[in-house]
Amino acid sequence: MRLGNIDKTTWIYLGIALALFIVPFILTGRSAQFIMIQIFIFAIFAMSYDLLLGYTGIISFGHVMFFGIGAYSTAIFMDRLDASIGALVLAVAVAVILAAIVSFIVGMLTLRLKSHFYAMLTLGLAGLFLVVAEKWRPLTGGFDGFTFRVPDLLSTSESLYTLSLISLILIFFGLRRFTNSPFGKVLMTIRENEERTESLGYNVLHYKVIASVVSGVVASFAGVLYMLSLRFVDTSVFATDITIDVLLMTIIGGVGTLVGPILGAGLVELAHHWLSGLSDVHWIFERWIILYGTVYILVVIFFPLGIVGTIRKKMAKRTAVQARSIKK
Amino acid sequence: MAILETNELSITFGGHVAVNTVSIQIPEKKFTSIIGPNGAGKTTFFNLLSGQLSPTGGSIYFKGSEITGLSAMERTRMGIGRSFQITNVFPNLTVLENVRVAVQSEAKVRYQMAAHFLHYKKFLDKAYEILEKVFLTDKAEMLAANLAHGEKRKLEIAMLLALDTEILLLDEPTAGMSLEEVPAIIAVLKQIKEQKDRTIVLIEHKMDMIMDMSDEVLVLYHGELLAKGTPQEIVENEAVQSAYLGGDFHGQST
Repeated sequence: MRLGNIDKTTWIYLGIALALFIVPFILTGRSAQFIMIQIFIFAIFAMSYDLLLGYTGIISFGHVMFFGIGAYSTAIFMDRLDASIGALVLAVAVAVILAAIVSFIVGMLTLRLKSHFYAMLTLGLAGLFLVVAEKWRPLTGGFDGFTFRVPDLLSTSESLYTLSLISLILIFFGLRRFTNSPFGKVLMTIRENEERTESLGYNVLHYKVIASVVSGVVASFAGVLYMLSLRFVDTSVFATDITIDVLLMTIIGGVGTLVGPILGAGLVELAHHWLSGLSDVHWIFERWIILYGTVYILVVIFFPLGIVGTIRKKMAKRTAVQARSIKK
Repeated sequence: MAILETNELSITFGGHVAVNTVSIQIPEKKFTSIIGPNGAGKTTFFNLLSGQLSPTGGSIYFKGSEITGLSAMERTRMGIGRSFQITNVFPNLTVLENVRVAVQSEAKVRYQMAAHFLHYKKFLDKAYEILEKVFLTDKAEMLAANLAHGEKRKLEIAMLLALDTEILLLDEPTAGMSLEEVPAIIAVLKQIKEQKDRTIVLIEHKMDMIMDMSDEVLVLYHGELLAKGTPQEIVENEAVQSAYLGGDFHGQST
């Protein structure tokens, strides 16, 4: 591919990505780096969610189960085998394959029906996984969970930062290519009007299942990274709270864009951190979740398209106005 | 020879019989029009032909083989394409993308993602070619949501043409269009007709248009086939005239 063919926004994104590699040299504190790592991980997770919600128009209430599958595969392999790169690769492979199988089955079962069946089945299955993780004590440590070691190579926060950033960049550009491809356009037509897409001769079910599998696999990979950063697993990785968080990251950032979920992940994670840190100032910040709720309501009322969606709309309007004034 | 055939086709909604034992033969590579007063069951009949609805009785044959139980998707792939009366384009995609998605479907490379990329240029070229036919080239990069109503109708036809199907089912392509916009649509339809390689079935209210272009006219009335014949025969048919409230027949243009 010739360099001239790459459009301007790609260069901007690449520039920002490169700039992010320098951040660990400036923010040397472990906790600051930890927050950045969390942002990257949840950005990946939120992008996978947006592939369903924003691009294909499928609502999932149990997306966290793929995250949890990735998390538990990593934790168990690190614990039972050894903390080596080989075991990690094996864990990633298992996580990805398991997530693919589960998302495929869920998709085949429900995606031919109306969208709320998918939402409900994923919610139920995520609950089922939570119960299994709680009850299968010998393997999962039950409610208390367990700690484990990670490969030496990934034990410093700088190396982990680099790994999550590289993953984020690769997945971002991968998904961008995927959604911009003719295949991705069909996903969007399904979001816009499923019946019409069908009457154009597309087998809508196949497209939706493929979207569900890709999304599940990416989410499970986010779960793997999450475990590497925490080095501790418990049943909270299957909690519905995480799905809700990711849903809000996607909505605040901008549904149907890939940059949106990344921004949303950044904002939500930072807000989590700052607001809960403010509890010394005033007792209300201990109940930061109330503030949070208020912010969400305001966003949904005033910026239903999210940050990126609103900006894009403004820009599109401006170019339209310019085009009109040129015509005159 | 009949390319599309229905045998005693019926559908009832609750107690209401929307289409009642209609048996027709659509001749191949001819221009057939379906007319009838509002509520006569024309669009419902189309929905049965294209697979949007399943009949409660009777059967449909395409080139001699039964297709009654097939889905809309399967019928499109066999060669029955349709446009919709209520504009049914994808609003948040550009005009070009709307057409390209339809081109892509016809190209039978639906799942191979690599093949999608390889054929990309070809898709685009064909999409542009079709946009030119319906005079939408200068709107290619606009979001379909921002098109005027008449332009959406043109886009709807462009998507149907992009499917490249043997049968084109057109449901009131000029509905709600301003008078200045209608000739462009008629020009497109005439162009397709003159190629003589497609079977066109048209639902319309604009009588002059139907009389001018049709090889055969079918009249539906209260869900039943009231008459069929050449445009001239239909004009002279007394049953049809009374169905259209006598003299009002020639003036129908809604």
